[in-house]
Amino acid sequence: MDEPRKATRPEDRPGVPPGLWTRCDKCEHMVYEKEVVEKLHVCPECGHHRRVDARTRIEQICDPGTFEEFDKDLRSTDPLNFTDRIPYIERLQREQEKTGETEAVITGRGFIRGRATILGVMNPNFIMASMGAVVGEKITRAIERAIEENLPLVIVTASGGARMQEGMVSLVQMAKTSAALARLDDAGGLYVVVATDPTTAGVAASFASLGDVILAEPKAMIGFAGPRVIANTINAELPEGFQTAEFMLEHGFIDRIVPRADLRREIARIIDYCGK
Amino acid sequence: MNDGSTTASAVSPARGTSASSAINNGNGFGAYLEFEKPLQRIQIDIEEMERDQNETGRDHSQDIAQQRSRWKATLKRLYSNLTPWETVLVARHAKRPLSVDYVKGAFRDFCELHGDRTFMDDHAISGGFARIGSHRVIVIGHNKGKDIKERMSCNFGCAHPEGYRKALRLMRLAEKYSLPVVCMIDTQGAYPGIGAEERGIAYAIAVNLMEMSRLKTPIVSIVIGEGGSGGALGIGVADRVAMLQHAFYSVISPEGCAAILWKTAEQRKHAAEALRLTSKDLQQLNVIDDIIPEPVGGAHRDPEAAAANLEKYIVSTLDELKRTKVDALVARRQKRLRTIGGFFEDPGDIVRASEKKRPRQTTHRVSRLAERFGSRESSKIIGTGATR
Repeated sequence: MDEPRKATRPEDRPGVPPGLWTRCDKCEHMVYEKEVVEKLHVCPECGHHRRVDARTRIEQICDPGTFEEFDKDLRSTDPLNFTDRIPYIERLQREQEKTGETEAVITGRGFIRGRATILGVMNPNFIMASMGAVVGEKITRAIERAIEENLPLVIVTASGGARMQEGMVSLVQMAKTSAALARLDDAGGLYVVVATDPTTAGVAASFASLGDVILAEPKAMIGFAGPRVIANTINAELPEGFQTAEFMLEHGFIDRIVPRADLRREIARIIDYCGK
Repeated sequence: MNDGSTTASAVSPARGTSASSAINNGNGFGAYLEFEKPLQRIQIDIEEMERDQNETGRDHSQDIAQQRSRWKATLKRLYSNLTPWETVLVARHAKRPLSVDYVKGAFRDFCELHGDRTFMDDHAISGGFARIGSHRVIVIGHNKGKDIKERMSCNFGCAHPEGYRKALRLMRLAEKYSLPVVCMIDTQGAYPGIGAEERGIAYAIAVNLMEMSRLKTPIVSIVIGEGGSGGALGIGVADRVAMLQHAFYSVISPEGCAAILWKTAEQRKHAAEALRLTSKDLQQLNVIDDIIPEPVGGAHRDPEAAAANLEKYIVSTLDELKRTKVDALVARRQKRLRTIGGFFEDPGDIVRASEKKRPRQTTHRVSRLAERFGSRESSKIIGTGATR
C-alpha cells in the first residue's frame, strides 16, 4: 500500500523539495505542491514561474508522446582540459548524474497543438544551461533540421551564458549558432524564441535575441551583463525590475510576455500566422 | 561569461605595472611589468654608471655596452616564453599601441565616419574608409583612448550598442561598394551599464554575429590587444581571424573567471592558464587562423615594426581573399564557423578518449604566414599550429 503511493509523492520526484506543502520562493506562501505542478510549476498564489528542467518543459509544451529527441549522445570533449577546484570532466559527470541528462539542451521534433516543430529546450539545472561546444552543436543541428525539413523552429532559452570551462571554444558557439540562423533566415524559416528565467550573457547575445518572434515568461531575467558587474561598474543600485522580461518589453526587445499556461496556444498561433 | 572583466577596478589597463622612475634608455619605454624586474635592475645599473661617468669623467662605456647587450638578451629571453598571465599583462600594457596607432601606422588616408543613425556616436568603436597596400577598405576598431580624457570619452574601449550598430552600418556600406572590412579588436568587453542594457546590447551583438556571417565582402578580424568575450566577438566574425602574438582572447577575463570558479580573484594566474587564451593556444584550438609576430619585447617597444607586420599581414590576406568570388567566400566563412568546436558523438568515443588525451580536433589550415614574414621567429610560432 505504501509502495505505489510513495512514487507519486512530490518529495520522491527529482527536483521537488520535500513535503506536500512547499513555500513559494517569491511570495513565501505555503502552497500545495500538487497544485503547483498542475499549474505547470507556477505559484497559484503569486504567479511566480519556477524554473523547470528541460524534460518537464517538453512535457508542458509538446502534445503528449510526440517528442522525438535528436543527438542525445553528443558529449563534451573538454577541449581545454580544464580544471578549477575540480576537473571539468568531473563537474560534467556530477551534473549528468544529478540531472540524468548528458548536456544542457535537449533538441528534437515534436508537435505543438498538432503543428510539427523543431524544438530546442535549455536546461537551467545543468551548469545553469551554459553553452559549450555541445550546446552550440545541438542548437546548430536543430536549426539545420528546421531548414531541411522546412519546419518552424522553437527554442526555449535559459542560460548563464557561454561555458567558461570550454573557454574560447564556447564563445565562438555564439557565432556558430548565429551563422546558422542567418541560413535559416535566408531560407525563409520561422524562428520563435521563448525566453525563460534566466536568459543572459552569451546566449542572450546570440540565438536568444535573433527570433523572428520573441516571447518571454513573466518576470524572467533577461539581459547581457551580470547585475552585480553593472552595479560595481556604475557604482549605484540598479532600478527595480531591471533586466526582467517586462523591462525588455518596455525597451522594445521582446514581442510578448506570455504566461506559461498560454505558451502552447501562443506558439501555435504564431506558427499559423507565418504559414509554415 | 558575465563580463566580470569590466568592473570599475579594471579600468586601468596597466595593472601590475610598477611605476618606475626609470628614464627612457633608448629602448622606447619607461615602466616595467612585474615579470620584467630583471630588466629594471640592469637598467638601474646602466643609469648609475652613466651618472658616474658624467659626474666623475670615469669611462664606463665598455661596461655600459655590455649591460645593454645583457638587457637585450634578457628581454628576448623573457618574451620568448611568456606565461598566459604575463601575456595578459603585456596585452593590457599602458603603452601598447591602440587601433588608432595602427590606423596611422598601417593604413593611409583614414576618413572617419561617425554615428549609428539611431542614438549617438559611440567613441568606443570607431571606423571609416582607409587605404592599405593597394586596397580601399572599411576599417573598424575598438578605441581604448590614449589619455584619461580620451579614455573616459570612449569608456576604456567598452562599447555600447551604438558602437556595434555603427560597425554594422559601416560593414553594410562596405558590402555595397565591395570594400573589404578590417576589424581590430581591443576591449575588455561590452560596457556593462544600465543604458547599454536598455538599448539592447545583447541584441546589437547578436545581430552583428548573424550579419557578419553572411556579409558579402571579405572580412579580416585581428585581436590587437585584449579580446574580451562577447564585446570582442561582436566585430570578430570573419573570413580570417588573427591575433597579434602577445594579444589574448578569452570568454571571460582571468579575474572574472577566478572570482566565479575559485571564488577569489587571487587565482587569476591559474585562471589565465586554464582558459587557454594566448594566440598559440587559440591557434591550436582552431579558434584563430593566424598569429602576427610582434617585435622583441612586445608591440609597445617598437610600435612601427608592429604596425609594419600588421600591414603586411592585412595586405597579403586581402590579396588572397579577393581572389575568391564573394559567394564562395561567404560559403567558406559559414563552413568555417560551422566546424568550430569538437564533441563526442558515438558513446564509444568517450572510452577511446580516456585512453588518448586529446580527442577529435578539426583539421588545421596550414598557414603561409611563415613564408610571408620569412623570419625565423615567426616560422617557429606558426609551426606550432601547422605541424600538429
